[in-house]
Amino acid sequence: MKTIRIANGQGFWGDSLDAPIEQVRRGPIDYLTLDYLAEITMSIMQKQRARDPRQGYARDFVAMIEEILPDLVERQVKVVANAGGVNPEACRDAVIEVARRKGFGGRVAVGIVAGDDILDRLDDFIARGVELKNLDTGEPLAEIRPQVASANVYFGGRPVAECLDQGGQIVICGRVTDTGLSLGPMIHEFKWPADAFDLLAAGTIAGHTIECGAQCTGGNCLIDWQTIPDMADIGYPIIEAREDGTFVITKHEGTGGRINVASIKEQLLYEMGNPHAYITPDCVADFTTIQLEQAGRDRVRFSGIKGRTATDSYKVSISYSAGWKAVGSLVYAWPDAYLKAQAADRVLRERLARMGLQFDSMLTEFVGVDACHGPLSGAPPSDIAEVTLRIGVRSQDKRAVERFTREIAPLVLNGPPTVTGFAGGRPKVEEIIAYWPALIPKDEVEPRISVIKA
Amino acid sequence: MAKVQLVKLAHARSGDKGDTANVGLIAYQPEYYGLLAEQVTAARVKAHFAGICHGEVERYELPNLGALNFLLHHSLDGGGTLSLKTDAQGKTYSTALLRMEIEVDEQLARELNGEGVTD
Repeated sequence: MKTIRIANGQGFWGDSLDAPIEQVRRGPIDYLTLDYLAEITMSIMQKQRARDPRQGYARDFVAMIEEILPDLVERQVKVVANAGGVNPEACRDAVIEVARRKGFGGRVAVGIVAGDDILDRLDDFIARGVELKNLDTGEPLAEIRPQVASANVYFGGRPVAECLDQGGQIVICGRVTDTGLSLGPMIHEFKWPADAFDLLAAGTIAGHTIECGAQCTGGNCLIDWQTIPDMADIGYPIIEAREDGTFVITKHEGTGGRINVASIKEQLLYEMGNPHAYITPDCVADFTTIQLEQAGRDRVRFSGIKGRTATDSYKVSISYSAGWKAVGSLVYAWPDAYLKAQAADRVLRERLARMGLQFDSMLTEFVGVDACHGPLSGAPPSDIAEVTLRIGVRSQDKRAVERFTREIAPLVLNGPPTVTGFAGGRPKVEEIIAYWPALIPKDEVEPRISVIKA
Repeated sequence: MAKVQLVKLAHARSGDKGDTANVGLIAYQPEYYGLLAEQVTAARVKAHFAGICHGEVERYELPNLGALNFLLHHSLDGGGTLSLKTDAQGKTYSTALLRMEIEVDEQLARELNGEGVTD
């Protein structure tokens, strides 16, 4: 039976720079998939494009392609990446320029999957009653329309497959679901029809398993974490997909990390909502039907997966400006480290209150005591060696947040004693770009696919 | 019967979707799944996360994986970039859940680790 190997080389924008290169060079793969996007990435890219119309995509991707292009051509590895950001055409042009410069002109076909960027159409949608209500709060988008910074539809695996069908060897997507990056090659290779929901669900779950990179090969793995081999050289995941919808998750020989049934279960549950209904543009996958078995060292086989018909909506990822925030911290040492940090918190709050500053939220945490597990942490030892006081504020008033940042360092001289850790200077005031999830009827948007020879 | 912390019976991973954290709880052995399903109810998880989870707790069963999935709504100070928390993505809620104690028979408690038994 036909089998293809689909590798993940990037779990998020900011992941290991070497991982994609290693995935191509250290063993056989047919496809390299790369996820460069986080929910707020698109808003950063919109700003970049506003400053320069040739920007607005993941430039790391182009640098990475430059490095591995000879390997990709020699080994006939295809690439699928949501590196296009809000300007897939510019990303494609940059890749084509690299290909020509490296002497691969005429030998590389670069495709794009665009059409996901609906920022310019929002007013038209709202005027026609497409409300783009917040999935969590039910509020219509009109409430925050002036603050919107980006708006992108999540496409699935189908348009990726169409781009590959048209001959694309490097497929650059705007906003495609993480799972769609892996499902696309399976649809293309195995000719899975749009109503083969069990197969599409299997490909979706395969994509979900590898979408966070090394988080399914031993990274962030709780079970037996101390014995996971050679984490410094951790292998990134590979799907060995078969046309019957069964697949194996594995990694290259000789790499570090661990893949077993238990480590795979951890990743399957990561960011899981309702396991009966994992909704994607291609299908609704049912995680309660997955059967796992160990199929050799660092190999886990999946079978039995069921899916159902897709919904008639796409999910939309909208980002908007939601105010300002800053977080500052100071470190207090033994003796009475926790008491000193608590006293400093009281002093700071009293000063801020006297200034009459308005904050939507102010949060104090004592790192080393209870920042992670809150009240579940229990009382700290009375002789605790040190405690970090960490205070954050959020406000619509940028000046209030700025004023807050100037009150942290003074505490070193005018607050409780034995304090340090202020060398980083004043905390940074950050604009909050918040996430607005919504749905849009599928017939309102159409993927735009094209392929150009370098 | 004796009380044992979940950390002896299960492993876990957690993550976020907006202001909702999810915690996947996975039995170390297939025979432990029944104990988890019976005792680690949505109501107990809601009580366990008092002061952290300010919304509802939903529970889903995945017997095929020997696992339960919990959704802890309103648990991340607004979530994502709005959150001021160190753990804005709820990534450490996995082991926070493993602090919970459940009841097992004396023999299993001894097997799991004498030190984990309080009575």
